[in-house]
Amino acid sequence: MNIYRSHVLICGGTGCTSSKSDKLQKEFQNLIQKKDLDKEVKVVRTGCFGLCEAGPIVIVYPEGSFYSQIKLEDVEEIVEEHLLKGVVVKRLLYKGAISEEAIKSIYEVDFYKKQERIALKNCGVISPEDIYEYIAFDGYMGLAKALTEMSPEEVIKVVTESGLRGRGGAGFPTGLKWNFAAKATGNEKYVLCNADEGDPGAFMDRSILEGDPHSVIEAMSLAGYAIGSNQGYVYVRAEYPIAVQRLQIAINQAREKGLLGKNILGTGFDFDMEIRLGAGAFVCGEETALIASIEGERGMPRNKPPFPANKGLWQKPSLINNVETYANIPQIMLKGVDWFKSIGTEKSSGTKVFALGGKIENTGLVEIPMGTPLRKVIYDIGGGIPNGKEFKAVQTGGPSGGCITADHLDTPIDFDSLVALGSMMGSGGMIVMDEDNCMVDIARFFLDFTVEESCGKCNPCREGTQRMLEILERITEGKGEVEDIDKLERLAKTIKDTSLCGLGQTAPNPVLSTLKYFRHEYEAHVIDKTCPAGQCKALLDYFITDKCKGCTKCARVCPSSCITGKVKEIHSINNKLCIKCGACMEACPFDAIILK
Amino acid sequence: MTNSIAEVKDADVIFVIGSNTTENHPVIGAQMKQAKAQGAKLIVADPRKIDLANDSDVFLQIKPGTNIALLNSMMNVIIEEGLEDKKYIAERTEDYEELVKLVKAYTPEKIGEICEIDPEDIRKAARIYAKGDKSGIYYAMGITQHKKGTHGVMAVSNLALLCGNIGKESAGVNPLRGQNNVQGACDMGGLPADYPGYQKVFKPEIQEKFEKTWNTKLSPKVGLTIPEVIHGAEEGSVNFLYIMGENPMISDPDINHVKKALDNVDFLVVQDIFLTETAERADVVLPAASFAEKEGTFTNSERRIQRVRKAVEAPGEAKPDWVILMDIMNRLGYDKKYSSPSEIMDEIASVTPQYGGISYDRISKIGLQWPCPSKSHPGTKYLHKGVFARGKGLFMPQEYVGSVESVDSEYPYIMTTGRVLYHYHSRSMTGRVEGLNKKAPVSFIEINPATANRLNIEDGEKVKVTSRRGTITTMAKITDIIGEDTVFIPFHYADGAANVLTGTELDPIAKIPELKVTAVRIEKIL
Amino acid sequence: MDTVIIKINDERVEVPNDFTILQAAKKMGIDIPTLCYDERLESHAACRMCVVEVEGARNLQTSCSLKVADGMEIKTHSERVIQARKDILDLLWANHPNDCLTCEKSGECKLQEYCYKYDVKETTFEGKRKNYEIDDSSPFFYNNQNKCINCGKCVRVCSELQHTNAIGFSERGFNTHVSTPFEIGIDNSVCVSCGNCVSVCPVGALMPKSKEKFRLWETKKVRTTCSYCGVGCQMDLLVKDNKVVGVQPANGPSNNGLLCVKGKFGFNFINHPDRLNKPLIKKDGQFVESSWEEAYGLIVEKVNNIKSEKGSEVFAGFTSARCTNEENYLFQKLFRAGIGTNSVDHCARL
Repeated sequence: MNIYRSHVLICGGTGCTSSKSDKLQKEFQNLIQKKDLDKEVKVVRTGCFGLCEAGPIVIVYPEGSFYSQIKLEDVEEIVEEHLLKGVVVKRLLYKGAISEEAIKSIYEVDFYKKQERIALKNCGVISPEDIYEYIAFDGYMGLAKALTEMSPEEVIKVVTESGLRGRGGAGFPTGLKWNFAAKATGNEKYVLCNADEGDPGAFMDRSILEGDPHSVIEAMSLAGYAIGSNQGYVYVRAEYPIAVQRLQIAINQAREKGLLGKNILGTGFDFDMEIRLGAGAFVCGEETALIASIEGERGMPRNKPPFPANKGLWQKPSLINNVETYANIPQIMLKGVDWFKSIGTEKSSGTKVFALGGKIENTGLVEIPMGTPLRKVIYDIGGGIPNGKEFKAVQTGGPSGGCITADHLDTPIDFDSLVALGSMMGSGGMIVMDEDNCMVDIARFFLDFTVEESCGKCNPCREGTQRMLEILERITEGKGEVEDIDKLERLAKTIKDTSLCGLGQTAPNPVLSTLKYFRHEYEAHVIDKTCPAGQCKALLDYFITDKCKGCTKCARVCPSSCITGKVKEIHSINNKLCIKCGACMEACPFDAIILK
Repeated sequence: MTNSIAEVKDADVIFVIGSNTTENHPVIGAQMKQAKAQGAKLIVADPRKIDLANDSDVFLQIKPGTNIALLNSMMNVIIEEGLEDKKYIAERTEDYEELVKLVKAYTPEKIGEICEIDPEDIRKAARIYAKGDKSGIYYAMGITQHKKGTHGVMAVSNLALLCGNIGKESAGVNPLRGQNNVQGACDMGGLPADYPGYQKVFKPEIQEKFEKTWNTKLSPKVGLTIPEVIHGAEEGSVNFLYIMGENPMISDPDINHVKKALDNVDFLVVQDIFLTETAERADVVLPAASFAEKEGTFTNSERRIQRVRKAVEAPGEAKPDWVILMDIMNRLGYDKKYSSPSEIMDEIASVTPQYGGISYDRISKIGLQWPCPSKSHPGTKYLHKGVFARGKGLFMPQEYVGSVESVDSEYPYIMTTGRVLYHYHSRSMTGRVEGLNKKAPVSFIEINPATANRLNIEDGEKVKVTSRRGTITTMAKITDIIGEDTVFIPFHYADGAANVLTGTELDPIAKIPELKVTAVRIEKIL
Repeated sequence: MDTVIIKINDERVEVPNDFTILQAAKKMGIDIPTLCYDERLESHAACRMCVVEVEGARNLQTSCSLKVADGMEIKTHSERVIQARKDILDLLWANHPNDCLTCEKSGECKLQEYCYKYDVKETTFEGKRKNYEIDDSSPFFYNNQNKCINCGKCVRVCSELQHTNAIGFSERGFNTHVSTPFEIGIDNSVCVSCGNCVSVCPVGALMPKSKEKFRLWETKKVRTTCSYCGVGCQMDLLVKDNKVVGVQPANGPSNNGLLCVKGKFGFNFINHPDRLNKPLIKKDGQFVESSWEEAYGLIVEKVNNIKSEKGSEVFAGFTSARCTNEENYLFQKLFRAGIGTNSVDHCARL
C-alpha cells in the first residue's frame, strides 16, 4: 500500500457535482501527474461535506485546509502553492476557516465543530466507490460481529435498547419495528429501505447514499439477519442518479467481496438486495405507497392496519426503515448501546441530521445530538440570519410539520418536544424564516406542495387540500373574508382526522401551526387587507420615493395611466387606479419605486 | 358439472380444455381469473390462443380433434412419474390396469407430434395437474363436438379419476353448459331415450311408472335424435315436426341439408319469439313469451334449479310456451290442466328422483342443486362425495382416433367453430340488440398472418370458404390467435353461416356432430 | 370461530374476531355510510365516509378496514364523526355537478342519499371543478368523470373480480380520474363491456346508455335468471310501464354480483318490434295472421290426420334448451303421452 503525504478530498455530492466538482477532480489529477506528485498526493472524490453553501469544496489533508467555492482556474494555484510548496492558499479558504489570521482546519470551523456525526460519519471522509475505504473505517465489522457472535434476538435487543427511533418522520422505535417483523410469521420476509426522500429541502438520505452507501447495505444485512429475511430492496428516487449509481457500485462490490449474496462471511447467512427506482412522487415515501410502487402498482397508500411488518411487500412481512435510520445501525452494533445512549436525550437517543435552509447563513446538512437547542443550530452552527434581519420562525418537518417561533428557540430538539410545539421532526428539513416572510404565504406554499403531491386516493386529502389551497390563495390575493379563517380551521381538522395516510393527516399542519402562532397575520390579510411582511403583492401598494429624478419613464410605461408628475419632479401614483402590474418598478432606473 | 361454480375460485389447478370460457361463460371466466390471481395454476388446451391462454401457466395449442391424444399423454406422464393418487385409485376406482396398459404408448414425444405441441409442455401440464390438491377440469364443446366426443369426455374423466379429483371440492369434471337451460332440458327428458331424470324409456318398470302417473299408454321405443330426425325428414320417414325455441337453420351442421329436410316434412310447427330462419319455413308459427314474460325455472351448469319470473306482459297475443303446450295437449285429448308452472314443478318432483325435493317455495331466494331427492334435502354442492353413483369410479380408457374430416390438397385447412362474446347462438336475440351488433356486426374467419400472406389475403377482405358440403362468403380477420393450418368461424351468423360448411358425421354414442373439425379451402374473391 | 366482545355506541356485542367494525355494526343494525365499500373487494378505505371514533385511536378510523379487537369501544355517530362525514360530503359536492334535477342516477345516487341524510344542503366551498370530456365511445355506457367521486369501485371490480383491467386511475391528486390507458376511450380499450363497473358506480359517472327515460323509483325490480349461457347468473330486471328498461346484477351463488355484456346490456330484444305477437299460418307460401283457435285447430287436425294415416313414429319434436324446465317437461309429455312417440330431442349437442 502506498503512503501518501497529502490527500485532496473533493466533494462529490450532488450540489458540488452540479458546480462541476467532477472537472475539478480531473484537473487536480492532471496537474498532480504533470508535477510528478502522483506518488505523493492522492485525490479522492468523497460524498457530501454538508456545507453546500461553500461548494465546490476541496479539503487538503493532513492540514485539513478547507477550500471553498473552488473554480477550475484555482486548481493550479492550490497544486503549485499548497501541494508543491506547502503554503496554504489563504484567498481560497472558506471565510470561517480564518480567524485573527490563524488558519483553522475544517473540524475547527464553527459549522463542523459543534456537530456530532454518526450517520454522516463517513460522508466527506471516504470514497464511496471504494469498499476498502469503508472497511478501513470499521465497515462491516458490525455485521461480522452480529453474524458470528450474536443471535438474531440479540441483534434486535441491541437495536431496541439503543433507543434508536425512526429518522424518517414519526420517530417510531426502531427496535420495536424489528421485533414485529421478526415475530411475524411467513416463509418469506423483506427488508426495505425507504430512500424516497421528498421533503422540500431535505437531502440527508441522498447524501448518505452518495457518501457512505455501504453503511446502508451493512445495516440492511443486519436487519435481514435479525428478522429472518434474505432479500432487501432500496426504493430510491430516480432523481438521485449519483446516489443510485454509487449504491449500485457498492452493492456490486459487496457481492464481489462476499458481503452480500449467499453464505455471507461463511456463516451460512444469505442476503441480497436490489434497487427499485421511484418516479418522484412524494407520497411514495409513505411506506404502504412505497410498497405498492415496488410491486409495480400505482403509488397509492394502503390503509393500516395491516402494518407492513405483518403484510408488507407482496403481502409478506416486511421491515421498512429509512436511510438515516439504517446508517446508525452498524455503529450501534459496533460501539454498543451505552455509547449510543450517551448521545442525545433520554427518549431520543443519538443524533439527527437536519437540512438547514431558508434565511440562514450556512445552508447545508448538520448532524447534532438530540436535545440540542434550536438556537444553537440556527445561530452557532447555522451562522444566524443574513443581512441583519430578525428571526421570525423555523419550519421543521417539511410540508407535514409546523413552525416554531422565537419564543421557543431554547427548546431542546427531539421527537417529542417538536410534537409538543405543534410541529414534528419529519425527515429533518429545517427552513428558517425572517421578518420578510409572510406566514400565510408560507402556509400557502406548503399547501401548494401537498396538493401537487396528493395521490388522489382518499377524499379529504384529494378534495380538501385543494380547497384549503384555494382559500389561502384568496387570502394572499386580498380576496379573503373573515369566515375563511374558520372554514380553513374546520377543514384542516377534518382532513387531519380523516385522511388515509400520513400525507393527508399532516398536510394541514403548516396551516394549523401558522394559525396558532400567527393568526394576527391571517387577520391582517382578511380584515385590514394588508400583508404585514410585505410579501403578498396583491395587498401592497406602489409608492414613488424621493429617489425619483422625474425621468417620466414610469409614467410612460404605466398601462393604466395612474402615474402623474412633471419632468424632473418627483412623480406620484394614484393607488385607486393602479392595477399593480409592476411595470413602473421595472422601468425605474433609480429604484425609486417601492412596494409597501 | 360435478362441482359448483363458486368452487372455481378456490381451485389449486384449473385445466381448461375446449372451452373459450371468458367469451362463452364470461362470469365463470372471471372467476377463473380470480383463482389465478389468488395463486391457482392455469392450464389451457385449445387450438386458439384464447384470452385465458394469456394468463396460463401452460398453454397447449393443440390441433383440433386431438384432445384424447393429449389427455392420454398427460396420463402417461403422470403414471410414468408416479404422480397418480394411488390411495384413491385403490379405494375408489376400477379397471386402472386397463388405463395403464392403454396410455403406455402415448409418450409426450409421439403425442407432441400429433397435437403439434412441444412434448415438454405436455409434461409440464401433467405435472401441474397432478400436483394440485384440488385440480378442476373445465370443458365445453371443444371436447364433445367430435366424432369421438363421448370418448373425449371419458378421457377427461379418466384423468380426473387418476388424480383423485372426482368427489372433491373445487376439483371435478365440469362441462360448461352453453345454453341457459340445456341442463334442464336434458333433466326434463328432452332426449329420445330418457324420461325426466334420465329414466330410460325402454325399461319396463320405468314405462310402467310413467304410464301410471300420466295415466296413458307409452312407447318403449327409443326415439330419434335431431340428426336422425333431419335425416328422416329428408328421407320421408318423419312427416310432422314441431320445433320449440330452436333454430337449426343456423345451429345445425350442413344447413343445406337441414333446409331440404324442413321443406320436405308434411307439417312444420315452429314456436318462437321471433320469425327465425327456421320459423320462416314453418306451416304454423306460434308466438311465444320470452323469459321475461313468464314464470318458471332454469337449471344451470352446476345443476342449480333457479327461478325465472314474469316481469312484463308478452307482446300481443303471444303466450308462454307451457300454456301453448298445455292447450295443444288438451286439444289432442290429453286432459290435464295446470294452473301455473309451480304446479308443473310439483309434478316434475313427483316423477323425477333428482328433483324430488324441489318446489317453488324452497327456491324462491336461492336455487337448489340436484340431486335433491326430498323436501328436507339441502341439495348437492358437488357429486360423488365419498362414493360414486355407480359404486366405484370406472376407468374407461380410449384410444385416440383421428377426426373423420381430414385435410387434402383440395381442402387444406381445418376449420373449427365457436361463439364470440357479443353473440349468442343463432343471434335471434343478440342480433336485435344494437350495441352487441355494433361490437360484432358480421361473420368472419380467423386466419393466421402467415396463411393470409400465403393466400394474399388482407385483413377485412371478403373471402370464399368452401368445404365438401358448401361455400360461404365471409370476412378475413387476420390474427395470430390461431395456428397456420387452422381457421375459426363463429357459427352465429346467417350470412356467412359456418354450418353451411360443417358435416353431419356423428359421434355414434351421443349423436353429437363433428362441428369442431371441418376441412376447408379459402379463396380470395377476385 | 373465536369471538370478541366490543362496545358500539355503548352497547356490548359479541362478534367473530375477524369481523370489521362495519360488519359488527351491520350485525347490530347500525347503518354506517360507505361509498367505496363492496364486500367482494379488498377494502379500499378511500371515501372515508365510514369513519368512526375508536377509543384510544388518535384519528378517526375507517370501519370498513379496521378489524374488531376485544374490548374495543366504538362510536359510529358521535358529533366528531358526523362533522367529518358532513365535511367529506361538502367536499365531494364542491367538485360535482349540481344537476340532480336531470341526472339519471337521481334516486339511487349514494352521494345524493347521504347529503340528504346528513343535511348537507349545499357546498360551502368554491373553486376548481372537474371538466372532463364524456367518454361515450362504448355502445353500452357513458363514462362521465365530472360526476365521479373516485371511490374506485369500478376500477377494482374491473381488476379484482373481472380481471380485465380496462380502466384505472389516471393522473394524481385533484386531477385523479378513472380512464382507460392513455385516454384511448372505452371502446378502443381491452374492455369487454361486461358493465360490472357500471353496476357498482354509486353516482352517475358510469351510466348505461338507456333507450328509455326512467327514474329508479318508477321501476319495479324482478329477480330472475339470465336467459343466455348456462352459468345461471341471477339478476334483477328493472321494469317500467310493462317494459324492461335495465338490468342489475344480483348476488346469485354462481355469479356473485357479476354479469357479462349479454346479461347486462342484451335485453332490448324483449321489447323489439320484430317480436311475434300473433299466430301465423302459411297460406300459398305467405304467412297470414290467425287466431289461436285457428292455429290450434290446424295443428290438431294435422296431428290427427297424420297419426291415423302413418302412426306415431313419423312425429318428432325439438324441445328447447332456451325454455323453462316446466316447458321442457310439458313438451316431452306432449310427445310421449299426447302423440305417442319418444322422438323428442333438443340442441344439447350444439
